[in-house]
Amino acid sequence: MTRRQKYEADLRRRAGIKAGLSTAAVLLAIAILVPMAPGWPAVKKSFFNAEIFLKTFPGLLEAFVLDVAIFLWSVPLIAALGLGLALMRDAQSPGLMPLRLAAIGFIDVFRGVPVILVIFLIGFGIPGLGLPRPYNSPYIWGTVALVLTYSAYVAEIFRSGIESVHTSQRSAATSLGLSHGDVMRYVVLPQAIRRVVPANMNMLIALQKDVALLSFIGPVEILRQAGVYKSLMANFTPYVGAALIFLAVTIPATRFADYLLNRQRRARS
Amino acid sequence: MTMQKISMALAALVLSSGSAFAADHCAAGKTISDGVLTIATGNPAYYPWVMDDAPESGAGFEAAVAYAVAGAMGFAKEDVVWARAGFDESIQPGAKNFDFNMQQFSITEAREAVIDFSDPYYSASMAVLVRQSTVDAGATATLASLKGLKWGAVASTTALPVVTEIIVPSASPLLYDDNTNVVEAMKAGQIDAALFDLPTALYLSAVVLDDGALLGQFPADSTESPDQFGMLMEDGSALRACVNEALGEITSNGTLAAIEAEWLQETTGVPVIK
Repeated sequence: MTRRQKYEADLRRRAGIKAGLSTAAVLLAIAILVPMAPGWPAVKKSFFNAEIFLKTFPGLLEAFVLDVAIFLWSVPLIAALGLGLALMRDAQSPGLMPLRLAAIGFIDVFRGVPVILVIFLIGFGIPGLGLPRPYNSPYIWGTVALVLTYSAYVAEIFRSGIESVHTSQRSAATSLGLSHGDVMRYVVLPQAIRRVVPANMNMLIALQKDVALLSFIGPVEILRQAGVYKSLMANFTPYVGAALIFLAVTIPATRFADYLLNRQRRARS
Repeated sequence: MTMQKISMALAALVLSSGSAFAADHCAAGKTISDGVLTIATGNPAYYPWVMDDAPESGAGFEAAVAYAVAGAMGFAKEDVVWARAGFDESIQPGAKNFDFNMQQFSITEAREAVIDFSDPYYSASMAVLVRQSTVDAGATATLASLKGLKWGAVASTTALPVVTEIIVPSASPLLYDDNTNVVEAMKAGQIDAALFDLPTALYLSAVVLDDGALLGQFPADSTESPDQFGMLMEDGSALRACVNEALGEITSNGTLAAIEAEWLQETTGVPVIK
């Protein structure tokens, strides 16, 4: 080990000790100060009630299966519609202008309206037109609402990916004799989609939480189940349980998105 | 008419007691602001519990009961202040912005561990709200028929345990945030039936739904734990004994029964579920 390496190792060691000490001090302060607050016993009873937690957690996990199911069947639909919209918006030929305008209008509307409003409007409105069962199911129309909203966001992400591929590549491919469709399929999209994977990971994490909004139109998923327990027991602990279940999924997903971003940055530099 | 009589009786009561608020009364010094009784209701508050979302008028069952209780506790009408607080705000730990909260809160043992309830001021039947088309399709007021329906309920009410434990429908119920959304789902044909307390169900079927009908009711005393409404107070509230005393007074002198007859009289005539 050279003197320089030794010096740097020493610096890192000291930085590590400092970081550890300051983190421990903050955690200790929280652990000591919060229970000293006058309302802590009441807060503990209402939010961190072990007995209620144990009683409601299995039911919450069961309800979470519905969240996962809605998420799983929504994702491919969002990906397909989002990509379709991005391609429509990228249509080059002047004759396809109506297609472009339609895509722009769609994206503007569904990106601009709060998700919950779309869910109410589509979830209650369309079945209200008189559809027979089972075609008026809140699962179907709630999913449609989620897919419409999220595909508008995802379309913009795909578009940014498509535009990030330099036009010289399109020109080069065209000069090799590839048709417009083939240029998109074999040259632009493979690069574009790869580049926007981290951004789309963020959308997946957001979607995973927004699935809970479908509870507003009837389905009893985890958020609603927690609300039911809350009302029956007059206690907020089930919400804490639901939050933990969400975190158990979103934190690993977020770390994975970070990992993808880092890998991409290393590959570019 | 009866209402006017009641308010006049109240006014007389208040006037006869001389100073509007006697210092030795049981509520003295126990309210959140001295000399004033703060009562919370829902936002919005619904018919027939509070008429036109204006509890200050004293019109509607709960608004009338509130003023009667306040009067019996020694508060003049102008010393009653109204606040709005939903269920979540009412059960959260910490200081409350009301002395008591009236919005058809059902008294349950689990809830009582966190908050205090007064003695019950109303025992509610649970009624089954459907659309005429469901009745035409052959639904009847029998448990066997009810099991086959698609159910909905407001998630935060005690109607849900009745659906899942007494009716036990073959398809799992859909749950909503408030009455309006349940009605909307019923209009959209997503649910066949929903369970409400009887006065609310009567209102929804008569006013909100074009083709609403009441299929039947579970009488208040038929279930082993009848649905009784109590005024919600902070856990360990010092005011509780005083409120109960006032409730006892208006019950024994017939005021409560008169108010109930005034605002909730149509609740008979709905078939009982077998």
